[in-house]
Amino acid sequence: MNNVITLFKRELRAYFATPLAYVFIVIFLVLSGIFTFYLGNFYERNQADLDSFFIFHPWLYLFLIPAIAMRVWADERKSGTIELLLTLPVTMWQAVLAKYLAAWCFVAIALALTFPMWLTVNYLGSPDNGIILAAYLGSLLMAGGYLAIGVCVSAFTKSQVIAFIIGLTLCFLFTMSGFPLVLDFFRGWLPGGVVDAVASLSVLSHFQAISRGVLNLRDVAYFLAMIVAWLYACAIVIDMKKAD
Amino acid sequence: MIEVEQLSKRFGERLAVDALSFTVGPGEVLGFLGPNGAGKSTTMKMITGFIRPSAGTARINGYDIQAAPLAAKREMGYLPEGAPGYGDMSVRQFLDFIADIRAMSGAWRKERMDEVIQEIHLEQVLDQKIDTLSKGFRRRVGVAQAILHDPRVLIMDEPTDGLDPNQKHEVRNLIHGMAKDKIIVISTHILEEVEAVCSRAIVIARGHLLADGTPEELMARSRYHGAVTLDLDNAREAADLLGQLPEVAAVEDGDTDTEITVLPREGQALMAAIGRVIDQQRWTVRELYQQKGRLDEVFRDITGGAAA
Repeated sequence: MNNVITLFKRELRAYFATPLAYVFIVIFLVLSGIFTFYLGNFYERNQADLDSFFIFHPWLYLFLIPAIAMRVWADERKSGTIELLLTLPVTMWQAVLAKYLAAWCFVAIALALTFPMWLTVNYLGSPDNGIILAAYLGSLLMAGGYLAIGVCVSAFTKSQVIAFIIGLTLCFLFTMSGFPLVLDFFRGWLPGGVVDAVASLSVLSHFQAISRGVLNLRDVAYFLAMIVAWLYACAIVIDMKKAD
Repeated sequence: MIEVEQLSKRFGERLAVDALSFTVGPGEVLGFLGPNGAGKSTTMKMITGFIRPSAGTARINGYDIQAAPLAAKREMGYLPEGAPGYGDMSVRQFLDFIADIRAMSGAWRKERMDEVIQEIHLEQVLDQKIDTLSKGFRRRVGVAQAILHDPRVLIMDEPTDGLDPNQKHEVRNLIHGMAKDKIIVISTHILEEVEAVCSRAIVIARGHLLADGTPEELMARSRYHGAVTLDLDNAREAADLLGQLPEVAAVEDGDTDTEITVLPREGQALMAAIGRVIDQQRWTVRELYQQKGRLDEVFRDITGGAAA
């Protein structure tokens, strides 16, 4: 446990040691503002809620999370520090978990900095803050899911660009897996049950369920299972590929 | 004690390390020699638990690196090839991080920290980011990281690669200083280094162990072991005369017209016989010395066939 905390602190500090963190946070805040006010018609809707804010989160994350995740292992591999890290007395799981949690924590900080949005809507009206809290939680879980995908992909390669593009593609597939775009591809040759299973993997539908204020165990479990599965895969990939 | 047992690594079709076995005891500084791609780094990566062997294993002070990796890793300090470090951290932060991971605490931690920083002369770069350091300093930070917890087993992959002669000298002194009570394994392709710091050398090529002995024993394999080099005006005449001595195997021309090198037959001492001839002929000899052997020649000899 101590090792996880030590590694976690090192990782989190690394984000803020370079301009990366600040660039990410600024872009995240600016984009989420633009989406909410211009595309989401926050004012015109005349409703005291943050739907127009949260509805764009999957799309925002789709690009920004792979950008955060791409460096997590690819960088370690490229600079050779992976050899240092894994010959220190730490287990693979401690390393994978600590690095993931640090990245997730970083995204949580960026998300928390959107609090003026919440202040604004409370100033203008009286929204259901329970729903807003649930939506924030859902958003964080969704970010965690995307992040786990990206981190796993990052373990495959030395190149951050490749990690970004593949991470983005996979995240996109998981976002769209409830839509005809993806489902039609499977429908022709897979049994209906499997197609339904693919549809149920959609990030979008689980997030939308939570952001409506229904904190269903099924949806939470979906994101947690997704995180665990991708991190498990990540550990296997690192173990397999660390020699090259 | 490092016990390496039948260690093998296969990358696809290629057998990088082939059933390597050896042991290293306390007080030994083992030089790991071999041409590029011989399997030196791969072997070190397996001993330190970075990559898993295809077969065989290594034990560090009794801890099997595969069955008890954490205990084995605690016994070891390791400087990976290229001395990687986290570029975004300052030297101080980096060493603090290593101390945390090594669970060092209290007075001992502070003491070791000060000692290592002083020994390796890192005072002036302590608050500089590792990314901004010169190659020499980076390597030193890597060494500092490896010895911070005062490990009983120290494994270093090319510790002096890329250093200037002064820095090389310093790192070698450091290794010398630690050698008494530790087990040290260094890999290198710099042969002078083996003579300078190692008490034992292992030569591998294509993953096979080809030679194992003290640097002196290795040099004794050289054709030039015990050879005598002379510098005198009538070198041609001298070469003919000395070539007839029963102890002499051959006479080679040296770098200049006036220099010749006389090679001994196996197990024969040359100096006395040559001295007698010089006396009889009343030659004026400007230079006369006996060679210990040429490690580079032995190295080429041993690895030549395998590397071709």
